[in-house]
Amino acid sequence: MATSTPPALGADLGLTRDDLIEMYRLVVVTRAIDERMWVLNRAGKIPFVISGQGHEGAQVGIAYGLQKGLDWMVPYYRSVASLITFGMTPREIMLAQFARSVDPSSGGRQMPGHYGVADRNILSVSSPVATQILHATGIALAAKLRKTGQVTITYLGEGSSNQGDFHEALNFAGIHHLPVVYVVENNGYAISVPMNLQSAVEDIATRGPAYGMPGVIADGVDVLGCYRIGKEAIDRARRGEGPTLIEAKVTRMTGHSSDDQQSKYRSAEDMAAGKERDPLPRFRQELMDAGVLDAAEDGRISAEVKKVVEDATDWSESQVDPDPATAQRWVYADAPPARMDDPLWLGRRFMGDGGPLTGEGD
Amino acid sequence: MTVMTYIEAIRSTLAEEMRRDPAIIVLGEDVGKKGGVFLATDGLYDEFGADRVIDTPLTESMIVGASIGAAVNGLRPVPEIQFADFIMPAFNQIVSEAARMRYRSNNAFGCPMTIRAPYGGGVHGALYHSQSVEAFFAHVPGLKIVIPSTPYDARGLLRSSIRDDDPVLFFEHKKMYRSVRGEVPAGDYVVPLGEAKVVREGSQVTVIGYGLMVQYALEAAELLEADGISTEVIDIRTLRPLDGQTILDSVRKTGKACVVYEDNRFGGYGAEIAAIIAEEAFDDLDGPIMRVTGPDVPGVPYAHTLEEWFMPSPDRIAEAVRRLAAY
Repeated sequence: MATSTPPALGADLGLTRDDLIEMYRLVVVTRAIDERMWVLNRAGKIPFVISGQGHEGAQVGIAYGLQKGLDWMVPYYRSVASLITFGMTPREIMLAQFARSVDPSSGGRQMPGHYGVADRNILSVSSPVATQILHATGIALAAKLRKTGQVTITYLGEGSSNQGDFHEALNFAGIHHLPVVYVVENNGYAISVPMNLQSAVEDIATRGPAYGMPGVIADGVDVLGCYRIGKEAIDRARRGEGPTLIEAKVTRMTGHSSDDQQSKYRSAEDMAAGKERDPLPRFRQELMDAGVLDAAEDGRISAEVKKVVEDATDWSESQVDPDPATAQRWVYADAPPARMDDPLWLGRRFMGDGGPLTGEGD
Repeated sequence: MTVMTYIEAIRSTLAEEMRRDPAIIVLGEDVGKKGGVFLATDGLYDEFGADRVIDTPLTESMIVGASIGAAVNGLRPVPEIQFADFIMPAFNQIVSEAARMRYRSNNAFGCPMTIRAPYGGGVHGALYHSQSVEAFFAHVPGLKIVIPSTPYDARGLLRSSIRDDDPVLFFEHKKMYRSVRGEVPAGDYVVPLGEAKVVREGSQVTVIGYGLMVQYALEAAELLEADGISTEVIDIRTLRPLDGQTILDSVRKTGKACVVYEDNRFGGYGAEIAAIIAEEAFDDLDGPIMRVTGPDVPGVPYAHTLEEWFMPSPDRIAEAVRRLAAY
C-alpha cells in the first residue's frame, strides 16, 4: 500500500517502493519460469533444463542498476533472472526452451540456457565456460575507445573462474581500466566438484586485487545488498575508474542440470542447508517486515506471475519448429539462398561457404 | 606500378585501411612501438596511437576473445598472432566462438575481424616457428582462410578480409616476407575472397597450391618446361571459401592433378582438394591425384639438413609431376 512518505527500506540506495516491488516481482517471475521448465522437462516436452534457482536474488540485485538500451550484458547459462531484469521477456526465455523458429537467442539452434538478444545488447553465449568473459572485455574495450559510455556486465560460475580466459580477461581489463563488471556466482559446486577441490582460496573475490581491481563479496540472499554492490561497480565503471570483480555467494537449489542427480555427491544436510539460503522467502519477509509488501499485494503478484508464465509457455509451445531448409543459413553473412534448388546455388563456384558440395550445374 | 615486398604490401595495406576506417584496431604482442617481430605493423603506432595499435600481454586467447567482443561492439579488429604456431591457446576462441557466433545467433551477431599470423617453414624456425596450421581451421564452417602468395594478392586480399563481415584467418608465409617482391598497382583494388587464379597456363598437368608452394610450383613448372612438360599452376589464394570451379575446369582440361602443401601430409588441407577432384572430375582423370607435402613428423626439425629434408621443394614438385605426366 502506498504511503505519503517513502519507506526507509532502500531509500539509502535511491530505490523507491516501486523499485522494491519490481525487484521482488523479477525474483518471483524468474523462479516461476524456472519451476515451469522442470515441469515441462519431466513431462517430456523439453529435453533439457539448466536452472538458476537460488541465484535469482543476486542476479536481480546486481543487474537492477544497469541502463537498459545502453549497457551490455554477457550472460552465462544460469542468468535468467539477470536477463529478465535487463529486458528479456518470459516469452523469449520460453522460446529457447522449446527451440522454436522465432527464438531470438538462436532460432532453436542452441540448447536452452544459451541466451542472447541483439536489440537489447545481450550477447549470444556458448557452452565452453569463461570464453564470454573475454568477449565482455572486448565489448568494454570498444566502449572505451568509441566513448559510448556503456558499461558491460558479465557472469560466470565459480567453476569457470579457474579457466585461463577468466584470468586473461581480468588482467587486460585491469591494465586498461575498462568499464566492465565481472560477476562470479559462487554456488559452491562446479557440477559435482566442491569448492575445496576447485580453488586454493575460499573467496574468488580475492583474485580481483591481483589484477588491479576491487574484489567484493556479495551475499546472494541479500537482494538489496547485492544491488548496492552491483550499482557501485557499475557506477565506478561508468566513471572510467575501471573494472570490479564481484563474487556473489549463492546457493544451487537444483542439480547442475536436468541430467544431474546431485544427491550422488551432496549430503542431505548440505542440500537442506542450501535451501535455507533461498533468497526468495528472505526477500519477501524483508519487504513485509518493512511494510513494503503485504499478503494481498503478494497474492496479486503471484496471480499475475502465474498468468505470465502460462502465457509464455502456451505461446512459445504454439510457435513453429525451425525448418531444416534453413539449417545452412548464416554460416556466413553473405549466406547462400535458403532453398537448395535455387538457381544461384547451381554454379557451385564456391565450396565451403555453407552451400551444398554437390550441385547440378555441370 | 610500384614494386614492393610481400611484407611491405601487408604493412602498407594495414596503414591505408586504418586511415580509411577509424573502427579498425590492431592488437597483438609487440605490434606497437616495436612494429611487430617481423615489422608488419611498423609505423602504425606512431601514426594511429596507443588506442588503435595495442601491445597486449602474452595472452593469445585474450587477443582473439577480446577482438570478438570489440567486433560485436562496433570495432573491426585486426589481431596479430605473433607466429601461427602460437595460435593454439586461441583455438577455442576461434573455433567455438568466432566461427559460430553468426550461426548460433541465427545472424543476430557477427564477428568481423581478420586474424593475421605468419606461418610456414624454411626459415630455421624449427618445430615451433615453422608450422602450417591452416588445416585445423579450414575444417571449420564459419571461418574464412586466406593465404596470399604475391604482394599484389596480399594487398587485394587483405583489403577484402578486413572489409568482410565474418572472421578471416589471414596467414602470411614468413619466408616470403622479404624474399618475394612484386608489382602492385596504385589505387584501392580488392581481390575477392573465393577466387582462385591460374598463375601459369599449361596443358598436361595441373599443380594446385597456396602460399610459398605456389612460388615453388612456378619454379618447378620452369624446370618441367625444359623437359617438354606443360604445367598449369593454380594459386587457390583462399582456402575457404574454395573456388572449386577453377580447379575442376583445369583438371578437366589436363586430366592430371598434383596438390602441393607444406603441412604434414595426413589429413592436410590439400587432401580435401584431392577429394573434391576425385568426387567431381573422376571421369576426366588420366592418372592418380598426387600430393607433394611435408612429411608426417610433428614439426619442422631445426638443423639445416633436417629442415631441407622436411620442406617440399621445386625439385620434389617437378619429380612428382614427371611421374604424373608419364601416365
